[in-house]
Amino acid sequence: MAGSHHEEEQLGKLYDARAARRLIRYLGPYRRLVVIALGLTIGLNLVRQIGPLLTKWAIDWYVKPASDGVLEKTTAFNGVLMIAGAYVGSLVFILIIGYFQDVLLNTIGQRVMYDLREEIFGKLQSIEVSFFDANPVGRLITRLTTDVDSLNELFTSGLVEVLGDIVLIAGALGMMFYFNWKLAIVSLLVVPLLIAVTSWFRRGAREGFRRVRTKIARLNAFTQEHISGAQTVQLFNREEKAMAEFSRINTDHRQANIDTIFYYAVFYPLVNLISAVGIAAIVWYGGGQVIQNAITIGTLVAFLQYTQRLWQPIQDISDKYNVFQAAVVASERVFRLLDTPDGIQSPASAWQPEHGARARGHIEFRNVWFAYKDEDWVLKDVSFTVDPGESVALVGHTGSGKTTITNLLMRFYDIQRGQILLDGVDIRQWDLTRLRENFAIVLQDIFLFSGDIAGNIRLGNRITEDRVEWAAREVHADGFIDKLPERFATKVRERGAGFSVGQKQLISFARALAFDPRILVLDEATSSIDTETEQLIQQAIERVMVDRTSIIIAHRLSTIQRVDKIIVLHKGEIREMGDHQSLIAQRGIYHKLYQLQYREQKDLLRGTFSD
Amino acid sequence: MKAQTSFPTGGAWLRHYLKKYRGTLLIGTLYVLGSVTFGVFVPRFVGLAIDDLRTTGVSYDKLLRSVVLIVGTSIVSGLFLFLQRRTLINMSRYIEYDLRQDFYSHLQKLPLDFFQNNRTGDLMARATNDLSAVRQVVGPAIMYSEQTLFRVLIILPIMYQISVKLTLILLLTMPFVSLTVKYFGHLIHIRFEKIQEFFSDITARAQENLTGVRVIRAYAQEEFERRQFAMLNHEYVERNLGLVRLSAVFRPLMQFFIGLGFAAILLVGGREAALGHMTIGEFAAFNLYLEQLIWPLIAMGYVTNLVQRGTASLKRMHQVLAVEPAIAETTDQITLPEIKGKIEFRNLTFRYRPDLPTVLEGIDLVIEPGRTVAFIGRTGAGKSTLMNLIPRLIDAEPGMVLIDDTPIGRISLRQLRENIGYVPQETFLFSETLAENIAFGMRNGAPPEEIERTSEIAGLADDVREFPENWQTVLGERGITLSGGQKQRTAIARAVIRQPRILILDDSLSAVDTYTEEKILSQLRGIMRGRTSLIVAHRISTVKDADLICVIDHGRIVERGTHSELMALDGIYADLYERQLLEEELAAT
Repeated sequence: MAGSHHEEEQLGKLYDARAARRLIRYLGPYRRLVVIALGLTIGLNLVRQIGPLLTKWAIDWYVKPASDGVLEKTTAFNGVLMIAGAYVGSLVFILIIGYFQDVLLNTIGQRVMYDLREEIFGKLQSIEVSFFDANPVGRLITRLTTDVDSLNELFTSGLVEVLGDIVLIAGALGMMFYFNWKLAIVSLLVVPLLIAVTSWFRRGAREGFRRVRTKIARLNAFTQEHISGAQTVQLFNREEKAMAEFSRINTDHRQANIDTIFYYAVFYPLVNLISAVGIAAIVWYGGGQVIQNAITIGTLVAFLQYTQRLWQPIQDISDKYNVFQAAVVASERVFRLLDTPDGIQSPASAWQPEHGARARGHIEFRNVWFAYKDEDWVLKDVSFTVDPGESVALVGHTGSGKTTITNLLMRFYDIQRGQILLDGVDIRQWDLTRLRENFAIVLQDIFLFSGDIAGNIRLGNRITEDRVEWAAREVHADGFIDKLPERFATKVRERGAGFSVGQKQLISFARALAFDPRILVLDEATSSIDTETEQLIQQAIERVMVDRTSIIIAHRLSTIQRVDKIIVLHKGEIREMGDHQSLIAQRGIYHKLYQLQYREQKDLLRGTFSD
Repeated sequence: MKAQTSFPTGGAWLRHYLKKYRGTLLIGTLYVLGSVTFGVFVPRFVGLAIDDLRTTGVSYDKLLRSVVLIVGTSIVSGLFLFLQRRTLINMSRYIEYDLRQDFYSHLQKLPLDFFQNNRTGDLMARATNDLSAVRQVVGPAIMYSEQTLFRVLIILPIMYQISVKLTLILLLTMPFVSLTVKYFGHLIHIRFEKIQEFFSDITARAQENLTGVRVIRAYAQEEFERRQFAMLNHEYVERNLGLVRLSAVFRPLMQFFIGLGFAAILLVGGREAALGHMTIGEFAAFNLYLEQLIWPLIAMGYVTNLVQRGTASLKRMHQVLAVEPAIAETTDQITLPEIKGKIEFRNLTFRYRPDLPTVLEGIDLVIEPGRTVAFIGRTGAGKSTLMNLIPRLIDAEPGMVLIDDTPIGRISLRQLRENIGYVPQETFLFSETLAENIAFGMRNGAPPEEIERTSEIAGLADDVREFPENWQTVLGERGITLSGGQKQRTAIARAVIRQPRILILDDSLSAVDTYTEEKILSQLRGIMRGRTSLIVAHRISTVKDADLICVIDHGRIVERGTHSELMALDGIYADLYERQLLEEELAAT
């Protein structure tokens, strides 16, 4: 807590100017709107200060002469009417211009936010996959949401309101000095006092709030933990102790709040008092000036009103400091993300395949070494080839490197040594999109997007309704889809909740088939499914494998027995390679794996154990 | 504490707390009255001073008197203002404290299934956001209401005395300020909530995109995803601008109505003053009075919205308070002189809800004190459910579960749980020190040697000695993260240190390697001599030495016997054994 606060402060100082300049650049496209908004703000706030001036005129020109009997009553009345009319006119002006100014400012703010969010999201689409291994999704979401919002604060309320406040202050001061500079100085005598009190209050309240926030965090953490662990608390008869601890934190929290209330309780009365002293000073000195006929009564009344109108903007400005700080810190975080290099990218001059985009599907791993981190080799000197249309099964224990091979094929990561070739060309020379378009993957943990079933099969591609239905039919997903009330238009909730594992797999097979890839990458699910669905999935796998190169991380006997080649991985190395019969004959690792698998399958059919 | 569920509504519940602080409330109200009364004099004195200036031959003395009166009354009023805040807002913090205290205390008594059916996030929202909305009602809302009421009650007669006509005109225009605040405040709040909802849609969508990054890249869907996001982004901006178009009317309109009040004073007051019906001082005072009324009028609209939100929040909190602790102590409960540890399941059938299928069916099993019984079976077979019945985390029908031949529901909950050491499937540790976590179930804590000895038994001690501050090492976010195996062993130590009559290990060694497991089990056998142990496991190595092994499948005991008996049976158990043997061989390759 203390550490991060410190860090944020440092960042703020270092980054202020540079981040601010970069932020301003986002206003570039809306230059014209910005200029108009600033113009409106200045005009608006100048008009806002017109009231006291009108009051002064009304008193000096009409009311006082009339009550002194110097001026005709009807003339006076007409004069007052005119001034009141002008005042109402200014009100209408403020109403209309105020509306437009507010809308305009927010429009600019929203547009900039739109651009920023789009840029961040775009960045997240192009940055290499390994970035997501190091950065939790939650944190990235914060960049996209909370951080962008605090920048919005800066654009809509921060900068412009400060400008408005400055105009308000300048307007009031200008008038006061114009009327009578001596009285102006006397009325401003209390301003340093006000600033001192305000800054005392800010410091105290800020410190208080920090304490309150710490206590709230503590309180929330405790509550959250004890809701999650309610069962444990009850099992171990800890209710009373937990309650006692909770009371202690709760008391701390209350006390921190009460300490903070003190600052408020002192501040507001003090500001009122200072303002009363200001009024008294004007009455005293201004009164004397009136007596000496140096100023008019109207001026005195106008002065009383103008000083009242100084307090609010002065306090507002000091309020804004926090908004600025928060925005700078947020912008720093956002910019750091935007500045992260994309990592794996298409080469500047990508290799052009001869016959359009589609690859033949020849794959070669040539002495591939790979580690996710440093020298923790996950693959050691792995070499193999897969001919177009051939099917290969990768088998091996968890952690043997099977999934890594599929990740490398699609260039989610770059290898450290060796080469991976598609159609004889190093995949690093392929255009990334071109390369990946040749693959369709079906992952073990099936990922469905929220939307509908058809959308999950076609994703963003222009695949016709007919083809979607055809693909579903081919993999026998139509069986359950047809039973759904809205068939292909059936809603899919987040992560496919509500669909069984088997159904999700069938949908993803349909997706793979609809895309008609050259190469199928399949990570078979290990989870048990009922026998009937199991058969459907078996058929679906066979169907999708037809006429294309297939690389399968296999768990099913039937799949393994059907492929052209089996590669046995053990601790990152290829230990055995060949077809089922020859590997069984070797009586090596594969033989053992097979026996194990065989038993599991047997159990599965008997409907007992599977884990 | 028990009384809280006896409040039929949230309102009754809240009034209970207000009643407790009625003395404070009364004093606070008097302070409000004081600060308003004295504050009201300032404009009057300013007006009088101005009028004095008009009478010829005014002296500085008279001027000085006005100045002293202005400052003097301000000081008194400020003093009351200080006391008012200290009293009323402090009171609201005390009420907040009480509410939170009772809310938490209630939460703590709720049964397992309540926490399974309610997301932690939702409960947290009630304990934080809703609670704070309720506090706003008993604090600021009360204070501002009183302030407004007194100001209007005191200023109006004074204004009325100065000019009847002007007062009536202001009375006609000023309520518009409150109405504007109330009307727009409400609308803005609703729209804002809708935007928040949409915002969480965008968040969910982005989350989905980032979580599914591999699928998206593999199918080259980045462009499509970008377009999809742009659409949502656009919609979000539009909705926000919709709110802006509403809120942009709000402030200018409010200022407009306030301005109209001043215009009325200027016009009517100016005329009255010109006609000599009122003095220029009174005219100026009127302006100042109106300034004093503006904030309370704005506050009125603001307060009604606070109350609206607070009421909704109160209802949400009350919903939780209305949930009865399902597993309650009944009146006919007894405390046994001693629990020996005999467990019996008598034709036990269990389902979580009447409309759900049975989880356990026809379980008949008697476990004599001191026996070790193991349960093995696949995920979802019902093993954990069976274990949960013993410490009454869930309840079966009366008479189906007995301990020491007494139906479990008749034994006091406290005594029952005190005699059970439970190591659940998912280890939950608290962000405290390791020592505190181990001594979690000891009412008076435990001496360090005891904690160390128990850690030794649980196979944890060697690991702990590696930690920076040994047993004083803090766990969780603020401290170190334990590995899965270390967590499990901590949980074992936590259960064992209670020296329970019944020890339940619910798949508690799954993240521990077989060698360590062997060691822990043999040490446990030592200290569990004469005590009852129930072990749920997936690995044969964990269960093979048990006095009795029960194979559970689809909620029934399908095989039972010792290891050699079950091997001879050549059923599910024997098959599982062979498979695990093969796996071990493979791992050793």
